[in-house]
This record gives sequence, structure tokens and C-alpha cells, in this order.
Amino acid sequence: MSFEMPNIMPALPEVFVLTMACVILVVDLFLSKASRGATYMLSQATLILAVLITVATFTNTAVLSFSDTFIRDGIADVLKIAIYIATFMVFLYAKDYLKDRGLFKGEFYVLGLFAVLGMMILVSAHNFLTIYLGLELLSLSLYALVAMHRDSAQASEAAMKYFVLGAIASGMLLYGMSMIYGITGSLDLAMVSQQAANVSDKLILVFGIVFLLIGVAFKLGAVPFHMWVPDVYHGAPTAITLFIGSAPKLAAFAMLMRLLIDGLGSVIAQWQDILILLVLLSLAVGNIVAIAQVNIKRMLAYSTISHIGFLMLGVLTGTQAGVSASMFYTITYTLMSLGAFAMIILLSRKGFEAEKLDDFKGLNSRSPWHAFLMMIIMFSMAGVPPFLGFWAKMSVLREVIAVDMVWLAAASVVFSIIGAFYYLRVIKIMYFDKPENQQAITCSRDMSFMISINAVVILMIGLFPDSLLSLCLKVVSAS
Amino acid sequence: MFMDWPLLSLVIWTPIFGGILVLATGNDKNAVEAKVLTLVVAISTFLLSLLLYTEFNTQLSSMQFVENISWIERFKINYHLGVDGISMPLILLTSFTTMLVVLAGWEVIKERVAQYMAAFLIMEGLMIGVFAALDAAVFYVFWEAMLIPMFIVIGIWGGPRRVYATIKFFLYTFFGSVFMLIALLYLAVQSDSFAILDFHAIELGLEVQILIFIAFLLAFAVKVPMFPVHTWLPDAHVEAPTGGSVILAAIMLKLGAYGFLRFSLPITPDASSTLDWLMISLSLIAVVYIGFVALVQQDMKKLIAYSSISHMGFVTLGFFIIFAIASKDADMSGAVMGIEGGIVQMISHGFISGAMFLCVGVMYDRMHSRQINDYGGVVNTMPIFAAFMVLFSMANAGLPGTSGFVGEFMVILSAFKANFWYAFLAALTLIVGAAYTLWMVKRVLFGEVANDKVAALKDANSREIFILSILAVAVLFFGLYPAPLLEVMEPSVNNLLQHVMQSKIN
Repeated sequence: MSFEMPNIMPALPEVFVLTMACVILVVDLFLSKASRGATYMLSQATLILAVLITVATFTNTAVLSFSDTFIRDGIADVLKIAIYIATFMVFLYAKDYLKDRGLFKGEFYVLGLFAVLGMMILVSAHNFLTIYLGLELLSLSLYALVAMHRDSAQASEAAMKYFVLGAIASGMLLYGMSMIYGITGSLDLAMVSQQAANVSDKLILVFGIVFLLIGVAFKLGAVPFHMWVPDVYHGAPTAITLFIGSAPKLAAFAMLMRLLIDGLGSVIAQWQDILILLVLLSLAVGNIVAIAQVNIKRMLAYSTISHIGFLMLGVLTGTQAGVSASMFYTITYTLMSLGAFAMIILLSRKGFEAEKLDDFKGLNSRSPWHAFLMMIIMFSMAGVPPFLGFWAKMSVLREVIAVDMVWLAAASVVFSIIGAFYYLRVIKIMYFDKPENQQAITCSRDMSFMISINAVVILMIGLFPDSLLSLCLKVVSAS
Repeated sequence: MFMDWPLLSLVIWTPIFGGILVLATGNDKNAVEAKVLTLVVAISTFLLSLLLYTEFNTQLSSMQFVENISWIERFKINYHLGVDGISMPLILLTSFTTMLVVLAGWEVIKERVAQYMAAFLIMEGLMIGVFAALDAAVFYVFWEAMLIPMFIVIGIWGGPRRVYATIKFFLYTFFGSVFMLIALLYLAVQSDSFAILDFHAIELGLEVQILIFIAFLLAFAVKVPMFPVHTWLPDAHVEAPTGGSVILAAIMLKLGAYGFLRFSLPITPDASSTLDWLMISLSLIAVVYIGFVALVQQDMKKLIAYSSISHMGFVTLGFFIIFAIASKDADMSGAVMGIEGGIVQMISHGFISGAMFLCVGVMYDRMHSRQINDYGGVVNTMPIFAAFMVLFSMANAGLPGTSGFVGEFMVILSAFKANFWYAFLAALTLIVGAAYTLWMVKRVLFGEVANDKVAALKDANSREIFILSILAVAVLFFGLYPAPLLEVMEPSVNNLLQHVMQSKIN
């Protein structure tokens, strides 16, 4: 048996992040509590360097490696860059929050970087096993992160729930993969796609797809497999929720795309209807239940569920334009979600969690600038032009209409009208209500700066969305 | 010399950037600076928009002052602007009204002045953008973005039930618009372009046309507003500050009617013709039934709000009787008159409803009540103001010699060509309209001085007199001499009619 050294160059960013995560793990052991800032700086430097490495070696033609289990293409590169940037912002937003609550430990950064590595593997997966590997690395890091606040019963409960439900989902996913492996005889996504088209008896294939989709829906948080989302979002410390709600969504989109388009694109007729059902349920439940929430973290959790519905809408068209619209939607959503959770962190202080909607009361008179930023984020989430969220919704709807599913587009906008109500309510609370406390909002300068950039970018890309839209289309059509 | 300026962009972006600048003046310590800056921006925008009128070529029916730059290549969306004889007068109306609204809020608004003034300036730019857009995506962006400042204006400076009113306003309009978005996206996919003029040329089957027509109808009917989706308007009007009410009545309602002319009629002519019975019935219900509803109102603002709905019924009636006229006789002059009458009514209603809301605002600032019962004999203490209010009320009732008469008369005349009963029902408004307006005037202005508060009233100050007299001049001018307005719109209306009368079904 001959052994060939695989070409590791395509995986250079992964190798770099893995190495740095290990280095930081060791370095952190020797740091005193006072110099923990070094861990933070090192992690941020890692992410910035990862961006540079990925940009420098950017390639828009697909390269396979590690016996075709690993793929590097334009989609992977763009999503990875988005993941680094999102994680960079998470680390920045989270710093003060963690310090105030005694959670400023090396584990946060090491686990965070391992989660990033998991996401990167997921994004670059070209084989069922790679998908599973990436997913588990990501999930296990996230379970541990949620449980990091050891003394908080709420956080422990959330972690427990997350772990148990996540494990079930992984099981489902594996079961579905094994069935598809059984019928197609391959784990390689391209081979699966080829073979699946030739399967004459579709029954086992459909069984496999159903289990696969259940697993994916669990991970995405699509209805009816969404029950963990509000509890985990609510229970986890806000800084962790910020992380769970942002970068992993990019990886989840990649998983959906790799499995359904790369792996099962040839049998779209078998999964399209299931996905339509998931979309409609997610939009309905997400938007309607969000109205009843008084806790803003729970509200945003349900809002995530509805956004996941929109995100799947583009993928279910099966067209390249549709997938690129979904990709744009995911990147957009990540930006908005980062901004929204960062605002919650901003309003929280030592010993006070700004978790209730009422904590936003009268923000306009306490701090007009921050209220304005939050208003941009909320209008963007509601899909009101000229903000970024509108173009995301519009491009997805356009592709759905382009494949002659006008009724589906109409149904989705009906739910987004319902959704508009609870975003408006946040604006109403900030602008029209009297403040309950007049305490000035204090935050470090880098945080304030970053959050301003975050919201202004949402506005600016909203005014000039062409470059990002074209980039998404370019990388998707090249694959 | 002005032809090569990007005039439309200037008129759109001057107030928007001006508004951002006003926001930057910060808190209420700099209120005076904020107000002066706002006024300067509003006046310069109006002067710029006047150039649109003076440089406008009234012989052409095509789009003028066209600007076309690629914006979002991915979807072939262009930053494409241009005006014809239909949209240009509405742009002028917008910049004119905003100027008055800024003046009207001068002393009244004391809290967060900069934010208030900036909201109106930004809203002005966005509304002009809607009228000037020739690209469906640009149109939609302006159309929706406009809701944001209005939402905030009603919500912050409104009356006691402002939150309910403003959320209702936003959701109603949002509800209508998203279906329009679906229709626009469908048309864009069909034509592989977002240009509105390309949409006009697409051939569509009748069933598709009807669906698109209904999608547009949802968006525009909410905005006009037409019965039965009008219920947001009285709430929004009553709770909005005076300036908000004026902009709502004078301009925002016109956007819906404008949408019918720019989208529904030319894109789906066959569906419009098939469903014209629906549009005519809804218009007549608005004219007659809502007129009676106005009669029983106790709140002056509510009364004027219902009267607005009733008057806007004339506009939609004028637009949709054209098919009935065309089926009866080949001479298109009746149809031309219907559409022109509708547009004249839009402009005239902009002046009159704005003036009426300003009048109520003048009294409200002194008495803090809008209830008709709280007033009586105001003429004794505010004679100058009462003279203006009587004039505007007469115009509202359609007195010949005021602009209110011209549009209504033209629509009724052309309705006669379509069907006697349409005209008969529409003409009822002359009685009902006179009844509710003059009855309100009688109870508020005339009679004995009702109470001590009325007795203590001070007459309109020079700022108020100035605003009201400008409006009075406009109302009388277009009432006696509407020719300039008709001249400007004539070629565009003819062009539109020719297009609408051609079936798109092959």
C-alpha cells in the first residue's frame, strides 16, 4: 500500500488556525491573570492573519485535496473570511462583558478558535465524513462555551439542552448519511450526486434525505427542530449568544449548501418540498412567536429562526443565483445579528443584564447615536430599504420568483410583515417611550467604535450592495 | 444653462444631506441654528425644483432631465431618474409644502427640534425620489424608506395615541408594499430589467395582469387610501403633529394615486379595463359614504382626514372611468379630461388639505383641543384667521373660483360621458362636502363666543398669516387659471392614454 503525502497547501488557513489555537492554549497556561490581555491580542492577531492568508491565496477555481475529502473554492474562501471577521468582532464585543463577569479566561479564546477551525472544515467539506468532523468540532466547542459560566444554573441548563439535542441531531445526520452511503456507495459529495441520479428505487434515498435534513434542520434551528434555539440564546451569557448567533450561521449555510447542492443537487425533486415546508414553518413560528417575547434575547432567537427560513429559501431553488442569494443573505444576517447582540452587551453593565425589551426604553434620549445604530439594525432586520437586510430579502425573493414559485415568495412576505411588527416595537421602545433609568451608557472606545462601524456598514452596503452581491454570484457560479 | 445639471439628483439629495447636517447640530441648545439651517435647505430645494418647471419642455411627452447610472449590476438596477408632465408638478408640490411645514413647526416644536426638522427634510428628498424614479428598484427603495421618517415623526411628536397610530400606519403601508415588491420582481424577471418603461412594454396574459394589478392595488389603495383600507389614515392624521398631517395629506396620499398612473394603468391596461368596475365602485364609495362619515365627526382633524379620503376618491374615479368612456365613443377628450381632472385634484387637494390642517394646527396650538364642541365664535377673537379658514373651507367644498372646483368639475364632466349615475353619485359630494365643511365652520368659527378660552384667543401672528396667505394665493390662482398646470401635463397624459388603450394581450 503506497502512501502519498496529500497537498496541504489548500488547507493552509486551517493549518495556521490550528497551530495558533494550540500555541495560545499553551501560552495562556503561563500567563498571569493580569496579563490575560495577551491571549486576547494573540487570538485577534490570529484571525487577522488568517484573513490575510486566505486573501493572499484566494482562488476561485475548486481545488480538491486529502483524497478529495477537502475542497477549496471561492465559496469556501469568502465564507471563511466572513467567519474570521465575524469572530474578530465577537471577541472584541465580548471582551468587556467577560471581564466584568469574571469570565475573561483563556478557554474562551481557545474554544472560540477551535470552533472557527470546525467551521472552516465544514465550509471546505467535500465528503460526508469531513462534514461530520467539522460539525462536531464546532458543536463541541460551542457546548463547552455555553457551559463556561459554571456557577450560573441558567447557563448550565442551556448547555445541557444544547448538548443533548445537538447529539440527537448529529445522530440523525449520521444515520441519514449512512443510508445515502448504502444506496450510492460513496461518501464523496460529487460521487453521491452522480450516483443518486441513477438510483432506481428512490425509497431508501428519500429516507436518507429525510434523516439528513432533520439533522441539518436541528443544527440550523429550523422549525419544527428549533426548540433549543430560544433556550440556548436566552440561557447562555450574552457574549456566547453573540458568538452562537453569528459566525456558525455561515458554517450552517455552507453545510446546507454542500449537502443539498453539491451532494444531492441531482435529486432536487426529492428534497425541495421538504425544504419548502421547513421554510414556511420557520417563517410562521419564528415571526409569530417572536411577538410574544419580552426578553430581547429570546426575541432575537425567534427572529433567527425566521431568518433561517429566508436563508433556506434561496437554497431550495437549486439554482446558482438562488444559492448566491442565500449566501448573501447569510453574510448579511451575520452582520445584523452581531450588531443586535452587541447592543445588548453595550447596555449591560457589571451586575446588570440588559435582557428585557424594557431595558431599551428611551434609549434615544439617553444616547441618540446608539439608538440610531440600533434603529438601523432593526429596520435592516425587518427588511426595510435602504438597509442591507432589504437587498438580502429582495435577492432571495427574486430567485424564488425566477423559478416560478411566486406563491412561495408571496407567503414569505406575508410573514415578514408580521415580523416587521416586533422590530418596530424595539424602535418604538427606544424612541417613543420614556427612559426608566438615566444612567449614562459607558463602554470602551474600541467597542463603541466597532459597533458604529458595524451599523454604518449595514447602511453603506445597503446603499451600494453591488460588489458583495456580485462577489457572491461570482464565487457560486465558479463552483 | 440648467439643462445639463443633474437637477433631479440635486432636488433629491440636497434635502437628504441637509437633513443629516441638521441632525449634526445636536441637542436643543442649538435649536435656532437647526431651524434656520432647515429653512435655508428647504428654500434652496424649492428654488431648485422651480428650475424643473422653467426648464421643462411642455411639448414633449417623453421623460425629461433623465439621469441613468448603473447602480446594482448584478440585477441590472440603474439609478434612473426622469420626470414627465405628471410627476414634475408633484415634485414642485412636495418642495413647496415642505417649506411651509418647516415654517409651521417653527415655534410649536420645542423638543428635539433638530431631529424633527431633519426628519421632514429627509422625507422630502425621499418623496421626490419616488416621483422621479424610473427604475422600479429605486422607486421601491424611496417608497419604503419614506416610511421611516414619518413613523418617527408621528411616534415622537404625536398625540396621546401616537404609538398605536404610527405602528398601524407603518404596518398597513408595509403590508401593501411587499406585494408590490413581488409584482415588481416578477416583472423584472420577465423583462430582465428593472426599468419602469421596460415594464410598460411587456406583454402579459390577462390572468397574470389581474394578479399584478391586485398586487399594485394593495400597495396603492392603502396609500391613497381607498375604502376599505383607509382606516389607518384618520388615526395617523389625528395623532400626527400638524406638520406630519400636512405632509401626509398633501403628498403621501398623492403617491398612491401617482402609482396608479405610473404602474397599474400602463403595465396592466387589460386588467385595469376588466376591473374598472371595482375601482369605480370603490371610488364612489369613498366619495359618498366617507363623505357621510365625515359629517358626523366631532374631531376637526378626523373630519378633514375623512374629507381627504372622499376627495381622493375623485382622483381614482377620474383615472379609472377612462375605459367606460373609451367603450362609448372614440373621441378621447373625455378620457383625457378624466385623468387630467384627477391630477388637478391631486395638486389642489395638496394645497387645500394642507391649509386645512394648518388651520386646525393654529387653533390647536392655542387651545390644545381639536374637538369641535370646545370651539364656537372664534371669528370674534381671531378675525383674520377666520377669513382664511372660511376661504379654505369653501375651496374644500369645491366653490368655483378655487382650485377645489376645477378638478372635481373636470372629473364629474367626464364621468357624465361614461355613465350618468357615476356622475350623479360623484356630484353628490358637492352637497355632502359643503355640508360637512361648512357645518364645521359654522360650529367652530361663528356663533356666540363659546367659553373663556375662546374669548382669550389671540389672532394669527405674522408667521401664520404668511403661511396661510401663500396657500390662499395658490388655491385662488389654480382655481382661476389652471392652464399652466394643464399645459404641462397634456402631452404626457395623451401619451399615457394612447398606451393604456392598447391591449397587451396578443
